[in-house]
Amino acid sequence: MQKENRQKETAKEWIYAEDQQIPAELLEKVGSPAGQKNVDAGEVQRPHVKYYKMVWQRLKRDKLAVFGMIVLAVMLIAAVFGPMFSPYSYEDTDFSAMLQGPSAEHWFGTDNLGRDVFVRVLYGARISLSIGFAAAAVNMVIGVLYGGIAGYFGGKVDMVMMRIVDILSGIPSLLYLILLMMFLGASVKSILIAMCITYWITTARMVRGSILSLREQDYALAAKVCGESDWSILIHHLIPNSIGSIIVTVTFLIPSAIFEEAFLSFLGIGISVPMASWGTMCNDAIQYLFNKPYLMIFPATAISLTIFSLNFIGDGLRDALDPRLIR
Amino acid sequence: MTGTNEYCIEARDISVQFPVKSPFHLNRKRGEKKTKLLTAVNHVSLSIRTGETVSLVGESGCGKTTFGRALLRLVNTAPESQILFHGKDISRLDEKHLHPYRAKMQMIFQDPMTSLDPRKTIGAIIAEPLIALHLASGTEAEKKVREAMDMVGLKPDHYDRYPHEFSGGQRQRVGIARALVAHPEFIVCDEPISALDVSIQAQVINILEDLQNRYGYTYLFISHDLSMVRHISDEVGVMYLGSLVEFAPVKELYENMLHPYTQSLMSAIPEPDPIANRNAKRIILTGEVPSPLNPPKGCPFWTRCRQCMEKCAEIRPELRNVGNGHLVACHLIHSDR
Repeated sequence: MQKENRQKETAKEWIYAEDQQIPAELLEKVGSPAGQKNVDAGEVQRPHVKYYKMVWQRLKRDKLAVFGMIVLAVMLIAAVFGPMFSPYSYEDTDFSAMLQGPSAEHWFGTDNLGRDVFVRVLYGARISLSIGFAAAAVNMVIGVLYGGIAGYFGGKVDMVMMRIVDILSGIPSLLYLILLMMFLGASVKSILIAMCITYWITTARMVRGSILSLREQDYALAAKVCGESDWSILIHHLIPNSIGSIIVTVTFLIPSAIFEEAFLSFLGIGISVPMASWGTMCNDAIQYLFNKPYLMIFPATAISLTIFSLNFIGDGLRDALDPRLIR
Repeated sequence: MTGTNEYCIEARDISVQFPVKSPFHLNRKRGEKKTKLLTAVNHVSLSIRTGETVSLVGESGCGKTTFGRALLRLVNTAPESQILFHGKDISRLDEKHLHPYRAKMQMIFQDPMTSLDPRKTIGAIIAEPLIALHLASGTEAEKKVREAMDMVGLKPDHYDRYPHEFSGGQRQRVGIARALVAHPEFIVCDEPISALDVSIQAQVINILEDLQNRYGYTYLFISHDLSMVRHISDEVGVMYLGSLVEFAPVKELYENMLHPYTQSLMSAIPEPDPIANRNAKRIILTGEVPSPLNPPKGCPFWTRCRQCMEKCAEIRPELRNVGNGHLVACHLIHSDR
């Protein structure tokens, strides 16, 4: 009897507790507050900015890419304006100050002919960077168009174009590099021409591959239904969608062009003395590597920094250009 | 939904063949050619009246989509094929002369995930026909795009967004807006609802019906959703292995299906009532669809048909009118009459 009573009581209490008013501060409002616009739950709410502004905003958020851009900018400015403020010239020899270590007078020391290494690194930046960027730019344009046309039109066009590529890549590049340099003479211009003959092959193959898969996408067909020409579909839809892999190959093209120039200079068919490029400076430094390592360290650091920066920028750009990636 | 008696589009004798290479000798019998022809669409004729909806049904790979694409000149048709758009033959026109018709004939795609360029904003995607066909540009184009967005129920602030920010149903609306921004007359709806879930399907169908009522669009509706087809069509064509086997007004077809393939197809419609479902007879076909590389001689369906006769394997039945606008290609029916 007692037990029953207690049970009844607890049940009563429980019911009472439910009836009780819950204090307002414990409650969280679920619905939208009055006066405010109703927010659709399925909507993504974020401000809209123009595409290139958005790309820039995203690129700014990528710390490594920002680091790369700063380094590259400093290097470019130094390469263009640096030599103006230096009392030395890249070709002035000073036999009273040969193979000196870094000092206040010669920041990066002097080489075996007494030339200031700092100024030579800056001059080298002019040549190496211009060769790198020019070769990459030219090869990107040729490679993307060539690969794009081969991949989009397919069939016989693709067959013929890719066989030409196979033949070109079958010939050892050194062979015609040397031949060409013989004809044109050693200069920055002829190095550029020599590189433009074959460097686009990798880009072309890569672009062809991605266009081959992209052209089967429905949006290419949709563009055709809308009356766009083949050319317009290729330029406006397919190439922008393969921009990620294009940027990756191009960022690799720049350092390899810098290396190629160094290699040609090493063989004696690149740029000639007393002109300086990072590649030639590294090669000249080999014989002093153990006694005077700074001769190697400064130009090699310049090459490495450039390559790192470019790769960081490339990675950042690839992600920033893709509207699907939200960070 | 009833339109005029004038035909918007008439397809006569449409055949589409794709060359298929078999690179391995193992797959090839002696003396066989290296490149074989796959007949995706086999002499299909079909006409759609202005303002009406004709549906094409059939299982996967029966050539419905290819037929729809052939009407828009997206695949090459056989030389004898004719596509008449308001009486004008467009089947031989080159891309340049086809331009004025591109605006009039549009398409809605099956998969809204892949039919929108992921790197373009919604505004740019919808404006595509206007820009490509030089119909409008700049602010005028933007105005038209916004009108089209309003028609399909997209909000104005969606204009600068990218496709990945939308759900499937919203993307399909974008696809519809792109199709109608240039004020088309004929729209091929290539399974526009099969990638969407049921509640969104109804929304999209309502948009399509509403637009038809308002602007008198003509639809070719390709689907395998037989219940939806019954709801929205005026006439229905049934395709099997690249051939049109039956064609009739929707009421006639669903009440009086004559072709054995149509009967088995219709018996596959799920019955919502469980008691009725228990008693429902389902015709289960045996075997597989024959390869379109080696279609059977005679009637395309004879290898799986339960009422197959000797004649069926020999002579290909022609599509014949049996009254009430009901066309059927089957020897059973024709020998009865």
